[in-house]
Amino acid sequence: MLMKPTRDGYGEALLILGKENPDVLVLDADLAKSTRADWFWKEYPERFFDMGISEQDMLATAAGMALGGKIPFASTYGVFVAGRAWDQIRTTICYANLNVKMGGAHGGISVGPDGGTHQSLEEIALMRVLPNMTLILPCDAIETRKATLAAAETNGPVYLRFAREATPVVTTEDAPFEVGKAITMRQGSDLTIIAAGPVLYEALLATEALSQKGISARVVNMHTIKPLDEATIIAAAEQTGAFVTVEEHQVYCGLGGAVAECLGKHFPAPVEMVGIMDTFGESGTPEELAVKYGLTSKEIIAAAEKVLRRKRK
Amino acid sequence: MTHIPTKLLAPICKTVRRDIVEMTHAAGSGHPGGSLSAVELMVALYFDTLRHNPEDPKWDDRDRFILSKGHACPVLYSVLARTGYFSPDELVTLRKLGSRLQGHPDMLSLPGLDSSSGSLGQGLSVANGLAIAGRLNKKDYRVYCLLGDGELQEGQVWEAIMSAAHYKLDNVCAMVDYNNLQIDGCCEDVMGIAPLADKWRAFNWHVIEIDGHDLSQVSAAYAEAATTTGKPSVIIARTVKGKGVSFMENVAGWHGTAPNKVQLAAALAELQ
Ligand SMILES: Cc1ncc(C[n+]2csc(CCOP(=O)(O)OP(=O)(O)O)c2C)c(N)n1
Ligand SMILES: [Mg+2]
Repeated sequence: MLMKPTRDGYGEALLILGKENPDVLVLDADLAKSTRADWFWKEYPERFFDMGISEQDMLATAAGMALGGKIPFASTYGVFVAGRAWDQIRTTICYANLNVKMGGAHGGISVGPDGGTHQSLEEIALMRVLPNMTLILPCDAIETRKATLAAAETNGPVYLRFAREATPVVTTEDAPFEVGKAITMRQGSDLTIIAAGPVLYEALLATEALSQKGISARVVNMHTIKPLDEATIIAAAEQTGAFVTVEEHQVYCGLGGAVAECLGKHFPAPVEMVGIMDTFGESGTPEELAVKYGLTSKEIIAAAEKVLRRKRK
Repeated sequence: MTHIPTKLLAPICKTVRRDIVEMTHAAGSGHPGGSLSAVELMVALYFDTLRHNPEDPKWDDRDRFILSKGHACPVLYSVLARTGYFSPDELVTLRKLGSRLQGHPDMLSLPGLDSSSGSLGQGLSVANGLAIAGRLNKKDYRVYCLLGDGELQEGQVWEAIMSAAHYKLDNVCAMVDYNNLQIDGCCEDVMGIAPLADKWRAFNWHVIEIDGHDLSQVSAAYAEAATTTGKPSVIIARTVKGKGVSFMENVAGWHGTAPNKVQLAAALAELQ
């Protein structure tokens, strides 16, 4: 299985955009090598702006560039984009519906040894609550490239979350990608597993194990958290009647909550949520942390079995 | 805390430098560059200047230390171990699952840490708050805060610089590790911060400029800060990122890279 960090997809897309669209500008806050913004920096230095360690300044500067007709992509670690510069994003960017693209790198506990301060587990909560925002969590490097290209075509603020570690490439070059349109990766009839981000791979693994137990699980790649593809969720509720959500994010206010809101409104069905259970992360290897914090196929399988017991007969 | 003459601090600095390369090597990640540049500042502080008691980390009257540039925690962990807060044997657990020595300081896990940090630009505000609380509580403790030079690009730092002067917090001493490097390159290339001393002075601080690797200058600067009244003091310490390990010196790439086995051996050979 090909392994590649999702952030590489961001870097590749910026290079394509740099070539195709002279209005695309890239900003970073002293982490250009980590976010892969440095690839653009090398090719198009006159359109790259290192803002230093000043995330709030960076996001509001990007707002000004958008007002001036440019398409700025501003990146740094997710904790510092979504967290440090939240008010700038809310009031300066989203309130005015400005065309600013945000790259949140090093999402999730898989950042590893840097520890809890650097493991961003709150971007869905922080970004989904903002009107006018589009929020995308691509599952692999190919999808990140497509999502970044699509972000440039989308008018208004877009937040992209990507990760540090190399993760399995689970989509193909020719797979369609449309903002706001979930992708059904596996058909199934007993329950639906909805995942976003690289942890989708664990959901696919779980599906194989479940099928050996005679359980038919559908897998939905919910790459766009906002706007949420409610039609896909409602159809899955009608056809499978039970859900497991999977995210490398706090379960409070995350993907699971978004799915549950949709179901509550349209088609109530039981939901089991796999994610970070209201705790900060800590130092460790990505693999150790995935086990300790319950983000492997094992927990997804257990959640699937549990939700089936709760499913209305 | 017994005070140690300056000439005896030099060998301690070597020990601390060895700790830094050993622990980051053992972790396979971490931040040696900005830890090595701050060794003299930290050794002179913990072995000579700070009023503290490793037997009683929560002592109410202790001076406080805020590591605003949290990534440099290897140097802090080392001086804490070497002053007796915990066994130096524990240093090699840095960044491992279950360790008290988190990748960035976690005050809830390790006694001796006066704050948690890791998100740059916030420590001086915390130091100001502790200083104000100390004044209100009629405590005479001092608050020390170590900042990176790249870190000074955060707007909040300048908000805190304004606050400390406004409230005349002469119990605050800031130290700038002026190594002129951050992650993406030289500070002056990434986002210029010069002229640093003039800026702090314009914000009404008492400014002390020193060679940050000269122990007698470092100790003298702490003493000068302690006797300066009516305004906060900042020690602007000219330093070399990666100091003491020739191949790490002045190389931005050693900001957040751990030495491998061969590099560790080479570094230790230089630090005998
Ligand atoms: C708010 C915030 N933004 C970005 C980072 C990532 N980061 C960690 S260290 C660093 C560079 C720090 O440079 P400097 O302050 O000069 O530290 P030193 O050279 O002493 O290591 C950056 C950008 C961070 N920890 N916090
Ligand atoms: Mg520096």
